[in-house]
Order: sequence, then C-alpha cells, then structure tokens
Amino acid sequence: MDTTQGTPAMMDDTLTLPRTADGAPRIDCRNIKVFYGEAQAIHDVSMSFPDRAVTALIGPSGCGKSTFLRCLNRMNDTIENCRVEGEILMDGENINDEDVDPVLLRSRVGMVFQKPNPFPKSIYDNIAYGPRIHGLANGREDLDAIVEKSLRRAGLWEEVKDRLTAPGTSLSGGQQQRLCIARAIAVQPEVILMDEPCSALDPIATARIEELIDDLRSRYCIVIVTHSMQQAARVSQRTAFFHLGNLIELGDTNQIFTNPREKRTEDYITGRFG
Amino acid sequence: MTDTVRTSAPSAAAAKHLKRRRARDGRFRYYGLTAIFVALGALAVLVLTIGSQAFSAATYHVVKYDVTLDPAVIAPEGANRPADISRNVEGFYGLVRDNLLTTFPEAEADRLSRRELSDFVTRLAVLPTARMVANNPELVGNAITLTAPLNDDLDLYLKGNGVRERKIKTGTVSSVQGEEDGTFRLSGTEAFEAVVAGLAVAGVDRAEDAGQPDVLLTAGVSTGRLTEIGAGSARMELLTGRAQDFAQARPTARIIVSAESERTISDRQIAWVLALKEMGRVDRVPRWTLLTNSDSTYPELAGGLAAIVGSLLTMLITALVAMPIGILAAVYLEEFAPRNRLTEFIEVNINNLAAVPSIVFGLLGAALYINFLGMPRSAPLVGGLVLALMTFPVVIIASRAALKAVPPSVRSGALAVGASQMQTVFHHVVPLAAPGILTGAILGMARALGETAPLLLIGMVAFVGDVPRSPTDESTVMPVLIFSWSNNAERAWEPLTSAMIIILLAFLLVMNGLVVFLRRKYERRW
Repeated sequence: MDTTQGTPAMMDDTLTLPRTADGAPRIDCRNIKVFYGEAQAIHDVSMSFPDRAVTALIGPSGCGKSTFLRCLNRMNDTIENCRVEGEILMDGENINDEDVDPVLLRSRVGMVFQKPNPFPKSIYDNIAYGPRIHGLANGREDLDAIVEKSLRRAGLWEEVKDRLTAPGTSLSGGQQQRLCIARAIAVQPEVILMDEPCSALDPIATARIEELIDDLRSRYCIVIVTHSMQQAARVSQRTAFFHLGNLIELGDTNQIFTNPREKRTEDYITGRFG
Repeated sequence: MTDTVRTSAPSAAAAKHLKRRRARDGRFRYYGLTAIFVALGALAVLVLTIGSQAFSAATYHVVKYDVTLDPAVIAPEGANRPADISRNVEGFYGLVRDNLLTTFPEAEADRLSRRELSDFVTRLAVLPTARMVANNPELVGNAITLTAPLNDDLDLYLKGNGVRERKIKTGTVSSVQGEEDGTFRLSGTEAFEAVVAGLAVAGVDRAEDAGQPDVLLTAGVSTGRLTEIGAGSARMELLTGRAQDFAQARPTARIIVSAESERTISDRQIAWVLALKEMGRVDRVPRWTLLTNSDSTYPELAGGLAAIVGSLLTMLITALVAMPIGILAAVYLEEFAPRNRLTEFIEVNINNLAAVPSIVFGLLGAALYINFLGMPRSAPLVGGLVLALMTFPVVIIASRAALKAVPPSVRSGALAVGASQMQTVFHHVVPLAAPGILTGAILGMARALGETAPLLLIGMVAFVGDVPRSPTDESTVMPVLIFSWSNNAERAWEPLTSAMIIILLAFLLVMNGLVVFLRRKYERRW
C-alpha cells in the first residue's frame, strides 16, 4: 500500500505528463525507409507530429500509411523480414537506436488497432493489465483509480461501471474499441497511434470514437490512419497523404482538403482513384 | 407460386444438369451417412463383444466354509505371532480341505477323488483370511465362516459357460433299490422317458467314437450317474449324497454332451459343486478382486491392481517428462524461434518423430536407458521415459496448433500496451491456448496409456505379483497385462482379459472426458 494517505495520487491530473508547448513536434521522423525483405514499402519519408494535435495519415490501400504508423512504436519489430531505416526522434532520442527498449517505448506510445482487440479477460483486467506490468499502481485502490480514470477518459465509465468483471469481449464493437483506447490511456502514454480505429464500427459508434479523439487531443499527440477522408477532415488538424510508399503532401487539414498543392492529392480526395 | 419465382429450369439441358447436380448432392450425403454408420457399427460391435465377455467376469462364485480356527493348526507358535499366522497358508488350507472332506466323505475313498475335491479351492485363496486372522488374533480358537473363490473351471460351469449340458426334469421315482455291485436301480412309471428322448437328440451332434453322453441325476444334495437308462427304470452309480433322496422325488437329469475325459471337470466335481450350491454355500458375488488383487497364475485370484498402479506410475513419469518438454518446445518454436532453415529442419523432424513406430522407441529405451544408463528393467521409470519419448512429439504438434489458433490481435494488443514478448506469451497467448495444449497432452498420454509394444522390449511383460511402490520397482501396465492374459491357455482367462480391457477403456474414457471437460470449462472466445 501507498504510504501517503488521503486522496490517491491518480485522482488528480498526474496522468498527464509534462508536455512540450502546443504545436511543437512530439515526434520527428527523418528519412524513414521500411523494407519487407527486398521490397521497399516506405521511401524516405520525413515528417513530424505535433503535440496535442491529431495528425491523419490518408492514402489508398497499400500506400504504406499503416506501416509508417507502426514504425512509431516499433511494432514492425514483431514482423519478420521487416527492416526500418532512418531516425525517429522523441525527446531528442532516436527510438530506432539499439539501446532503446521497445517495451518501454510502447508504454509511451500507445496503439489502437483496426479491429477492437480487448483481451479475453474482464473489463477491469483489460485496463489494469498495462499498469500492472509497468508497476504504475501502488496497491488495489490506486489501480481502481487508474481504471476508473482511464474508462472515464475513454467515455466508457458510465456504461460499464456496474459490470467491471464482465468479459471485455461481451461489449459491443464500439464499446470494445473505446475499451481498447482506455487500455492504451491507462499506461500513461504521450502518443496514441490509431490504425483505422473506426473501420469495423457502425456510424454511431464511429461518431462516439471521433468525439473521443477530439477530447483526447487536448492531452496527447494522436496519429490516426484512416480510409475515410471525411473522418480525416473531421478529427485531424494536420493531414499527410501517402501514395505508393511516398509522402506526397503534408499540411493543415483545411489546406489539404480545400486547396491541395499536389495533383495526386487532389485526385485522391476528390475520389478519382484509391 | 407466383410468376416472379422461377420454379423450373429455363431449358431442358439446364433441367438435366440441375437433376444431375441434385443427385450428386444426394449421393454425397448418402456416402457420408454410410461412413458414419459403418464407423459407429464397428465401435458398437467391439464394445458389445468385449462387454458381453467381460460381463461374466464381473461376478464370480465363492464358497463358504464353516471352520474352527484350531490353534494347533493355525498358530502352532502361539496366537501372538501375526507374521506366522499370515504366512500359514498351509494350515488354513488344511482347514478348508478337512471341511470339504467332512462334507463329502466319499472323497476319502481314493487319491484321485481327494485331489479332485482339493481342486475346489487353491491354496493361495485362503491368504486373505490368514491375514485377517493375523490382524485379529482373538479369533484363534473360534469358529468362523471362511470364504474362498471357487476354482475357475467350476466357476465357469456354474455360469453355464464351461460344459455343454441339457437339464431335463424326470418323472417321479417310485422306488430305489440297492444292487449287489453298489449301484442303485431307480424305477418309476415312465420316469425317464424324457431323458431317453433327450439322449437321442444329444447323440446326433456327437462324434462317433465319443460313446454315450454322461447323464447325471440330481435330487437335493445327492447326485448320481446313470449307467443304464430305460423309459421306466435306470441304474445309477451314486456320486455323492444318499440314494434315499431319490425316492418319491422328481430328480433333475443333466445330459452332458462331452465325455468326462474331454472336460476339465469330472462328474464327481459337478456332483459336489451342485451339492454345495444346494446347501446354500455357494454365492455369486461381484468380483472386486479384479481391482484389489494383483496378477496370479490362478484365474480366480488374478486381478489388475499391480498393473493399474504400474500404469499410473508410468503415466506419472511420462507426464512429468513429456508435458514440460513438449509444451516448452512448442512455445519456443511457435513464439520465439526465428523462422529459418534450422527451425524448419527441427519442425520436419518432430513430425517424423511422431510417426516413428512405437516399438522403435522400445528398442531405443532398452539400449539407452537399460544398457547404457543402467536403469532397472521392468520399471515404470524406464517405461515412462520410453513413452515420454513417444508422446512429446504429439504434445509439441498439438500445442503448436493450439498456439497458432490464438489470434495475432491478442499478441499485438499486449505488445502495444508495452508487454514484453515473454509477458505477451505467458500472460495472454499460453492461457488462451491452454485448453488446446492440455487436450493434446492428455490425448498423447491416452495413447501412451494404451501402448504395449515398446514396454515389451524393456521387460515390463514380466509376471508381477506385488503392487509396485515406487517408479523403480518391478511393474507391468494394463495393456501388457491384457497381452499376457490373452496368451494364457485356460478358458477362464478369456472373460478376465475382456474385463481388463473394459477397465483400460474406462481409464481412457475418463481421460477423454477430462479433455472435453477442460475444453468446455476453459475455452474462451475472442
């Protein structure tokens, strides 16, 4: 048990770590190249992701946007034959360095997947798993507080507070995805990566997730891959358009959707290909 | 039907094609059903034949002997030496034999009949009583009822399996007269007509040189052999009891088709056992000794306890060796090992290992464990290690299949919250795969439980009369016991073998039931 009595530490706002100034780059990618065996999937991409903002990665299927996203928390390490070159700087440290522990990195860079993938455990354990393995909670009360806070932040608390012991898989698709977001939040990340988080959801659940993303923007650096241009326009402040493994255009979302500089971007967002 | 629904084919050719297609569908279903019924039928025939055989071994006949525990016979060294009493088989056996001789004094006449009477009970059958008395020395000097199993051939006879016979109720015998040669003349109006008719029928399926069938006549506790039979009178040689019992009675005639010399039991023995039964001294009781006794050369005393314990010890060793090796190898190969030539080579060879005939493992075990490492022969330790060699490839293959079935999304979910690869595997993947892993492991063990061939080669086929106490004791296992019993010549072993098979099947059924239970209980959907 925690020796400090009174309000558990987690009840105040310490989930939010010290931040850089608004709009300052949280992650800075330099000359990223990704290879699957001999095939090159990403060609020399350099871009940065601002803190407390949503960056959308759009582009046709197979353009490399998911691959690029997975570079940011080194999930590509788990794919055999996959090789990443280039520098990705977080707090001035290259996360691709040999001595960076991907496990620690992933606790700073959370990820939400295309298909909701709650663990086949209780709702509570889904959230508590991350804090437990990272030792973020001192005792049961602390853990309860983290679970509640994470669920509240993911807008799921009111719906599940009476059945925390029910299996996570018993929730609806939209609730499962919010549970996954809560799970990612629970380990106090600085960055949240979302890989098409709404593609398996109905429009109402999608709308709730989008609201949630908008809420979370005030605390986290969010990178979202999406196939839906409307979604990108709705939730993001910056948009990057990828095509065939190249970053074609990067800019403010407004500018990309109203006044794209590149012909290919315009063709794509007006539905001429993709 | 409305016009908008097309109910007929657009053309004749299409109709023909459709018809053929439906016929093909129908035929395929029919083939499938046939295959299922053939498989089920084969299983049913197997279980029914073995079950019906085993059923007769589920009970056996025991005889009660009222004996007085004479201290001079039972405890010549004194009642306070239990070890001597429990070893005094000869003394207890003497009591039983004397009891039989008192009941059937005619057996005193010659050595042959004395031997035939003492065949009723084997010496070792009194051992449980001897041990009981040794534990309760206050019984010495008192009268007790000693119970011992009946000789296996007579047991089979009483069950109706031993000797082919026809029972016929005769008419009333009006007079019994003693003759000069010691036989008796029984007469009564048409008393033996039915027997004569029965003999004519029985004679048909007899070999030419077999002579007359034996006809035994029983009234109460008395039995005689008929030597001349007419419709109204017959000459009888008394085997046991008193001739007067037949007077004014309607005795039962038994036409025994096979001659005395072709049988394992004599006419006299039949007469005695019928008399004991009539006296109410024979009981048919459940044969618990099948589970509580160890192997014996006498079928009526034989049981499977030593083999069951041997099997359990062997399985314990197999489980302790094969499951950790198999599961760890599977987890490593599936979750951690890089995919390259070497792992592929290992993978192929694990599959090959699973396909190696089990007897080869027996040879390997004999060479490696016994000859090279000098482990004891016939021991569950060696048997378990040999079976473990055979089982762990199966466990690896089943476990890998179970691990593969865990969706990758669970792995990426765990990795994404910052779990290390090992945490991912042991917190998420293995628990989800556990029912499948256990299923594979238990099925592999079930296969090992039924294995005979490799164990023959490491000497587990030896006769084992004592329950093994440790994995290094001499031991045998259930399938090997079945194998040895099925090689025995006496007919009584046949139902015993079937009963042992049923016990083995029961063990397998329990293991498979455990698999179903674990699956149902721990299966998680994702």
